[in-house]
Amino acid sequence: MDILASLFNGILIALEPINLGLAVIGVIVGLFVGAMPGLGSVNGVAILLPFTFVIQGFTGGATSPMIFLASIYYGAMYGGAISSITLGIPGASTAVATVFDGRPLALSGRAHVALVTAAIASFIGGTISTILFTGFAPLLASVALSFGNPEIFSLMLLAFATFVGLGGDDIPKTIFSICIGLALATVGFDIITGEPRLIFFEITGFMHGIRFLVVAIGVYGIGEMLWTINSTRSGPQMSKVDVSFKGIFQAIKDFRFAWKGTLIGSTLGFFVGILPAAGATPGALMSYGVAKLTSKNPEEYGKGSIDGVAAPESANNSASTGAMLPMMTLGIPGSPTTAVLLAGMVIWGLQPGPLLFTNQPEFVWPLIGSFYISNIVAVLLNLSFIPVFLWMLRMPFTILAPVIFVLSLVGTYAAYLDMFDVGLMVLVGLAAFVLRMLDYPLAPAVLAIVLGPIAEPKLRQSLLLSDGDFSIFFTRPIAGPITVVALILIFLPFLKWISKHYRRKV
Amino acid sequence: MRKAEIITAFILGLFSLGMMWKSGEGSAWNPDVSRFDNIGFIDGEGPGSGFWPFWLSVIMFICCLWIAYNWYKRTSPPSQSDEPFLDSHGIKLLLVVGGGLIGFLLSIFVIGFYGAIFCFLIYYIRFLGKHRWTTALLISSGIPVFSFFFFDIAMRIILPKGYLEPLFIPLYDIFL
Amino acid sequence: MKHTKRVFFTLVGIAAIAFSGFAGIANAWEPTKPVNFIIMAGKGGGADKMARLMQAIVEKENLSNRPLIPTNKSGGSGAEALVAANTASDPDHTIMVTLNSFYTTPLRQPGLGIDVMTFAPVGRMAEDTFLLWVHKDSGLKTFEEFLAKAKAEGSGWVMGGTGKDSEDNIITDHLNGAYGLSMKYIPYKGGGAVAKDVAGKQIHSSVNNPSEALGFYESGDMVPLVAFTNERLPLFPDVPTLKEKGSEFTYYMQRSVVGAPGMSPDAEAYFSDLFTKVYNSADWQSYKSKKSLMGDFMSGGELVAYWNVQRDLHKVILKASGAIK
Repeated sequence: MDILASLFNGILIALEPINLGLAVIGVIVGLFVGAMPGLGSVNGVAILLPFTFVIQGFTGGATSPMIFLASIYYGAMYGGAISSITLGIPGASTAVATVFDGRPLALSGRAHVALVTAAIASFIGGTISTILFTGFAPLLASVALSFGNPEIFSLMLLAFATFVGLGGDDIPKTIFSICIGLALATVGFDIITGEPRLIFFEITGFMHGIRFLVVAIGVYGIGEMLWTINSTRSGPQMSKVDVSFKGIFQAIKDFRFAWKGTLIGSTLGFFVGILPAAGATPGALMSYGVAKLTSKNPEEYGKGSIDGVAAPESANNSASTGAMLPMMTLGIPGSPTTAVLLAGMVIWGLQPGPLLFTNQPEFVWPLIGSFYISNIVAVLLNLSFIPVFLWMLRMPFTILAPVIFVLSLVGTYAAYLDMFDVGLMVLVGLAAFVLRMLDYPLAPAVLAIVLGPIAEPKLRQSLLLSDGDFSIFFTRPIAGPITVVALILIFLPFLKWISKHYRRKV
Repeated sequence: MRKAEIITAFILGLFSLGMMWKSGEGSAWNPDVSRFDNIGFIDGEGPGSGFWPFWLSVIMFICCLWIAYNWYKRTSPPSQSDEPFLDSHGIKLLLVVGGGLIGFLLSIFVIGFYGAIFCFLIYYIRFLGKHRWTTALLISSGIPVFSFFFFDIAMRIILPKGYLEPLFIPLYDIFL
Repeated sequence: MKHTKRVFFTLVGIAAIAFSGFAGIANAWEPTKPVNFIIMAGKGGGADKMARLMQAIVEKENLSNRPLIPTNKSGGSGAEALVAANTASDPDHTIMVTLNSFYTTPLRQPGLGIDVMTFAPVGRMAEDTFLLWVHKDSGLKTFEEFLAKAKAEGSGWVMGGTGKDSEDNIITDHLNGAYGLSMKYIPYKGGGAVAKDVAGKQIHSSVNNPSEALGFYESGDMVPLVAFTNERLPLFPDVPTLKEKGSEFTYYMQRSVVGAPGMSPDAEAYFSDLFTKVYNSADWQSYKSKKSLMGDFMSGGELVAYWNVQRDLHKVILKASGAIK
């Protein structure tokens, strides 16, 4: 009851004109930043951080600046889906999994369905996770604390396991793709020994490692585009895009077919999001994997399944709310964006930590209230912008293609301010084109590059803890069951494959 | 396709071997540690710094051999197809588009992002897309102008300008 | 071609005139374009928070006519940042926030060819402090109890810290060597994660900066046992220093702003002045006292002398622990 009263008060404060106005502006900024390839919530939040001082000077407290930044964060999560679907380039790293099914939907003339599904799924994901946040924040904080290195490693293993089925039919090529992703993820700096490793040709650019966005934009922005240009001769005849309001309303009604993916994404995304070090990208990828694993029609995935759009989109919104939890209650950022938000809170004079909820209720509750409000604002704005995004798809392909190339290069630079990354991205794109032509599945490599940099240090930290004894992953109460489930999932396809071959021979 | 399949497998195999060699590298300050000392398990610590990259590269290499075997047995689709990897039309298309991209990338270092975007869009829209000059000019000047205001001014992301930098200083005076 | 060249130079000329018109007096150097503000660490770490605070203060107080653009370059324990600054095409518009990896990384990676003494000494903004932290459930109240317990546990006592052969590792090595302990050291990516694992009882102790552990200190989860400073910290008046325990060991983390090698003296003077103003601002001073930062502003020759002492000190420490030859 106490919670409901505080929440009600918080929502009232969040609805004050200044806060509501900031939420609307924040969501719009976020939508744009998120829709721009390469730029994600982290850029929007980092860049507007100094501006929050102005807001603070105007309103006094830390609440309004935080509502502003949080709205940008939400808006960007919605926006990421837009370029994933319309252009086929992941708008932000969190929206990579949205490309898998969003792009095929757009190519078959159902872009409006994908965009509407993404918007509504994002809304449901954001709202479910906010409810969980409201009810169980302190409890969940202790769950996050109980996840040490072995637990996070076994979780990464599980994330990986859900994706084993994602490969193609060609087994050596699938394994190759997984391994090259994991191997390239080790390039850069080894935190355990404190030494650079795999610095090819001693180029300093490799010291920061091969960044995930560089690979994702290269594969989808350049490689996939070249493949499309080559396989369709000059340009694909995109089926007529439905921009009528009738089509959009129909799509809203049809959302009921995506409830399963949404539900999986909303819950799974949230729980992955609250774990420090994981964040929204693994959350979205994992939800996609689980949705496919549990689907009755897994063969639809990758060819235009609406569940395949709903799952990652609800998950990345849900995870972004989840990532706020360790940031506020433990002072640990779960993602790069929350790292910047954390810096903001410190600059405004707050002390994130276990006592934030008791010491600063006048900050916490309006912020939680604003989560509800900005989700509503974001879904309304997003739905009303959909016709504009669809209009982009009507451009002739010989104009759209160069614009996508330009956005890929500019977006890569803007993400990290590094020309080396831009060059590497083009190189990855050209290589991806050749591999795509020869039926190498590339999604496993993209996934491996997300999970590898989290999993490998966690594995080695755990083994340092256990003096090199692997049983640590099986004997700990939380890590044990997760590891066992993950291993079963990993070896299931192999067992199936072996038994199939065995039967065929008999 | 058939030829491309085995050539790619061969190149990827070489790449895997290169990765194996590179993974074994010790630390820069300590010449006493010999190559491949770091690829095994260290007592009480778990895998060394080169363990994952090295053994993953070994698996990659084995996969390349496997791909080559499938090629020999003609069991994978690309190794059965006798179509060329790229027909003459595809080669031409790829050269102009891929070449354009690389030209775009290299020109960024000389004339900066904005100049390069302009040239690339003119090249693509006017000469590859065969659109009218007005369309081409409108889009290829509109996008850099929009990008300048979006990135340099609004987002404070300063894109490289190359040798055109002096031209932007008066703009900074006005807008920053 | 000739024609375009002439147009080009005319435009440059116009630009120059326009610029001098805006800038007023010509002899004081001022940045003509946005300043590249390199951060030698990833997003969200202590250095990043401080750099973003400095940038925010510059914007808020309107101290500079051109914005500072923060760029995180955390690769290779700061190696990437050092190389980027060292090879900057325009050293007058390139500054960098540094930590102690400013000394240790060039020593550990001699192939980079970095001489830190070539960097322009813009200003030391603060010195961060270190304390030894344990979980309250460990029941440890004093440093002596800690020593006894850690000695009994041997290598079963786990210390977490940020990075290998970093500040945290140096302090751990010192404790191990000076008190005959054999604590196990586990490197993490960031100080926040270390503090979280102490609070979650995943590891036994840490040597976090106050800013990283403050939340858990206030909630009572984490207890500081000893400070590695010359004097007791105002924020933790009951926590003794290691000096009081009869040791000579003190350790600080510098938070300095440096200019890229080759920065002109005029530009250096401009940035020194800029960061003096930042240092004196109310926001910076309140941040400093809240997060228990020490150290006064320092620049020019004084800062170079400080670097010299610190670099030699780190050389000795790293040699002793076998991290360099």
